[in-house]
Amino acid sequence: MKIFRAGVVLIFISLIHAAERKGTPVQQAPAKYVQLQNPFEGTQSAAQAGQKLFARECAACHGKNAGGIGKAPPLVTPDVSRAAPGALFWVLRNGSMKRGMPSFAHLPEPQRWQIVSYLKSLGPLSQLSVH
Amino acid sequence: MFFLLYAGGSRGAEGPFFITYTHQMEEPGNLELTTKAVTGSPDGGNGFIAAAAEFEYGIKAWWTTEVYLDGQSTPAESTIFTGYRWENRFRMLSREHWINPVLYLEFEDINGADKTLLEVVGHDGEEDLIAPNDEARREKQREIEAKLILGSYFKGWTIAENFIAEKNLGHEPYEFGYAAGISRPLALAATPDRCELCRENFQAGVEVYGGLGTHSDFGFRGTSQYIAPTLGWTSAGGIMLRVSTGFGVTTTSAPVLVRFSVTYELSQFGRTMRKAFDMGGDQK
Repeated sequence: MKIFRAGVVLIFISLIHAAERKGTPVQQAPAKYVQLQNPFEGTQSAAQAGQKLFARECAACHGKNAGGIGKAPPLVTPDVSRAAPGALFWVLRNGSMKRGMPSFAHLPEPQRWQIVSYLKSLGPLSQLSVH
Repeated sequence: MFFLLYAGGSRGAEGPFFITYTHQMEEPGNLELTTKAVTGSPDGGNGFIAAAAEFEYGIKAWWTTEVYLDGQSTPAESTIFTGYRWENRFRMLSREHWINPVLYLEFEDINGADKTLLEVVGHDGEEDLIAPNDEARREKQREIEAKLILGSYFKGWTIAENFIAEKNLGHEPYEFGYAAGISRPLALAATPDRCELCRENFQAGVEVYGGLGTHSDFGFRGTSQYIAPTLGWTSAGGIMLRVSTGFGVTTTSAPVLVRFSVTYELSQFGRTMRKAFDMGGDQK
């Protein structure tokens, strides 16, 4: 009986742990990344450079206007527009193996921040004509 | 046909290296096409040019597979197909760390005339490049190769180390080798405008590679060692050109090996093919 109870408790703890790890990749970003500031914050040219990088690195999966294609989710969502820049930076750095998104750590940090600048400039879906 | 169906290209991400692998994986669904060539003029033998056609496909974010078709041409001798290789790379950690390991497994079925020199192991040396094609092609090299790839990105620098173990499925000893490289783009931030010759499109680096003997004779004695500065340029359209000159630093090494390559990545090739053949691919 004790073993059974211990098993139930372990399963319960595992489920809680699994639940903690669920959510979108943005929601999984550690606090130390969420607190990071975008060095290009408010710079229009950074968003333009980010748009160029997005077209090259991200558009094939997420769509030219970030509207999403198939399993690759749209990025013109409240989850992204409200996300801390550091959380988006963390997702670009790590990707999400589970969701099939590769890491973009091979891009230098300034280029990843430029993509973040572009994503933050997009706003939610209703402000864009996607596709 | 697929070129007609295909929608667009993106940029290959492996940097300017020819021999050293980084931990960067191919993006799922992308097909990267590369032609890598090497030319040399070994002392006491004929000059040659060898080439490998590479087809690299991202199956999963953690699994990349690649097929190579090798050939070579030696003037005054012959132009021959020298075999094929099939490699798989598996990313071992799901997130980015200071050091990121990737496990590499390859089967190759090539012959002794193969001169693509995609890795240097054991006591590989200049004399392997001198044997006439008619004679060298009779030697079968069915081999299993494993690599531990370690990669890091630090402040714009790419640093990678590879440890290689190779076993001929015949009665040959285990052979070992290594490769290591460091590179950096000439500019870390991108310019807002589309550009061809801007600094962000260039990457420069250096790689070193060589043999480490066999399990019964491990070490640098009697091995080939090379140091090779490399330069890569990626066009705004996504075509990557790389060039490298490798200098042999031991008496066993070829004096100079000049390498060049062209790479183009077909983004979401898998999805395009599924749509083309109506195989129930991703729906919008």
